[in-house]
Amino acid sequence: MSADVFAPWENPKETPLIRFENVTKRFGDFTAVDNLTLDIYEREFFALLGASGCGKTTLMRMLAGFESPTEGRITLAGEDIAPIPANKRPVNMMFQSYALFPHLSVADNIAFGLKRSDMPASEIDGRVDEMLGMVQLRQFAKRKPHQISGGQRQRVALARSLAKNPKVLLLDEPLAALDKKLRQETQFELMDIQEKLGTTFMIVTHDQEEAMTVASRVAVMNTGQIKQIATPDAIYERPNSSYVADFIGEVNLIDGKITSSTEKSCKIAWQGGTITAQPPSKLKKDTEVRFAVRPEKVSIATAKPKSGNAVQGKVLDIAYLGNISTYYVETATGQTIKAQIANARRLSRRSFTWEDPVWLSWSDTAGIVLTE
Amino acid sequence: MRRAVVILIPYLWLVALFLVPFGIVLKISLSDIATAIPPYTPNFDFSAGWAGFKEFLSQLDFENFIWLTEDDLYWKAYLSSLKIAIISTILTLLAGFPIAYAMAQAPKEWQPTLMMLIILPFWTSFLIRVYAWMGILSTEGFLNQFLLWIGLIDSPLQILNTDWAVYIAIIYTYIPFMILPIYATLEKLDPSYLEAAEDLGCSRTQAFWSVTVPLSKPGVIAGCFLVFIPAVGEFVIPSLLGGSKTLMIGKVLWDEFFANRDWPVASAVAIILLLILVIPIVLFQKQQERQQEADS
Repeated sequence: MSADVFAPWENPKETPLIRFENVTKRFGDFTAVDNLTLDIYEREFFALLGASGCGKTTLMRMLAGFESPTEGRITLAGEDIAPIPANKRPVNMMFQSYALFPHLSVADNIAFGLKRSDMPASEIDGRVDEMLGMVQLRQFAKRKPHQISGGQRQRVALARSLAKNPKVLLLDEPLAALDKKLRQETQFELMDIQEKLGTTFMIVTHDQEEAMTVASRVAVMNTGQIKQIATPDAIYERPNSSYVADFIGEVNLIDGKITSSTEKSCKIAWQGGTITAQPPSKLKKDTEVRFAVRPEKVSIATAKPKSGNAVQGKVLDIAYLGNISTYYVETATGQTIKAQIANARRLSRRSFTWEDPVWLSWSDTAGIVLTE
Repeated sequence: MRRAVVILIPYLWLVALFLVPFGIVLKISLSDIATAIPPYTPNFDFSAGWAGFKEFLSQLDFENFIWLTEDDLYWKAYLSSLKIAIISTILTLLAGFPIAYAMAQAPKEWQPTLMMLIILPFWTSFLIRVYAWMGILSTEGFLNQFLLWIGLIDSPLQILNTDWAVYIAIIYTYIPFMILPIYATLEKLDPSYLEAAEDLGCSRTQAFWSVTVPLSKPGVIAGCFLVFIPAVGEFVIPSLLGGSKTLMIGKVLWDEFFANRDWPVASAVAIILLLILVIPIVLFQKQQERQQEADS
């Protein structure tokens, strides 16, 4: 890996800014976070991704100081933060509801934390103005939160949580309340701001697109545990389990057994034939595996392709999404495999439709063999 | 058309039950006392026609209102009523806010029960409850007996028939009207505001003063008006628990009507009392409107 790529997690000499060490959090009988260990590095934009109830918000709230771990230890810059109350931690949080104080103006909201810090009163106005400039809301400084739009409120919340220049900014579903277009714009704004300030951002989201767009690394969580931590492309291209493969994006999962395997290539027997694929390592014969292939890596044609893995079926359903179409193809053995094709040609010139017999194919390197 | 009918119903209600009686009271307040049934003149006579109506109008005057300014009993009673109402509103707020706050902090499953307990006293007659306070506050009452028993005092305190008894009973009677609106605003308060305040460096106490208190303002204002308005015109409590020196306009009004049988002066007292009360009501509504605008 070249030196100018930001990847401190690859460098064993780097010390992480935040460490969760065997952290468990229980609420009564319910285990929200289960013996979790996690390192987050300075300047990272770290995303915790998971379905609701997976423990991601609890993890964040423990870092903010609103919950304390039942077991384990959280350190920030090498210091155990358990004895530090929420209002003394160099960590700020942007709330999902924004929690802007309705009785205070935009400027007073941003100044709220500064007035309670050791910043001299003479410098507060300047800092507030600087933050307003950063989120381009100078002309709205005197407005109350209910007098500005949802997108502007989101930016006020961001400015307020960054005003005290925290070591870590926690973002709890920061864009969930925005519509899709605004959300995409804001994602880039967030990334720009994060890059400019160099503050460590930790975002909690259930929106995988959001996590993939903004984050340097993504942790996929389920039932209080981290299933995989990796860069967005690695999570998508090389998921380590069928849970992650299935959770991130769309995927075809095919169960089969290894018939032969070397380090580089293996053959998987399944109901519909044999698949050639790249195994993670040499696998034993008869190992039960799951072959995962993304729909966009599956091609669809009327004639049998000359090379690669191929399986015949008939078109069961077509989901037309404008730019792409997803074809649901039923194989002879009754399994449905999805193939996603960019609609480069007009719809009327589509060469196959419902009930047509088609061939699905993918290359030997398109999929991934999962043993978990 | 249907819209007009829908709007008309409350207006008719208001006209029939507020404006018409108000007109009658206003008319009586402009009349003169008379030993007759009804005990005032002039009386409007439909059979006399237009000339009779002019005659009727010419006999109305502001004599009774002028009288109110001449006898210092009246303005002293108004001022004293306002003083008692203001002090008891403040005391009710001081006692009611912590109760409302505690209710809003209580576990969710307890809240309906607590609310019930607040409303429960209304199930007993108000008169009986005020009488009960006589038993508690009198020199031989439970309170004095208790204080003597624990040795806090040597001789019984004179609480009954003083302003103190009036304050205690007003607070007791009207505190639910203070608690309920404050509780309603506190209960709606998004807990993430407090977390945000803490996250930004506030201690719990600072967060309470800089977030909870300002955000509960609408409830506090509503509660204060709900206590203040009836307290100004309160009659039963000062009559039963107050002393001879406790001057309240409700008591004066009662005496004018039933002791003196001077309906015109009594009506004038009532009209002025209404004006004193209308001003805070208008202020209150303005505030509500502003609140609604702010929320929209």
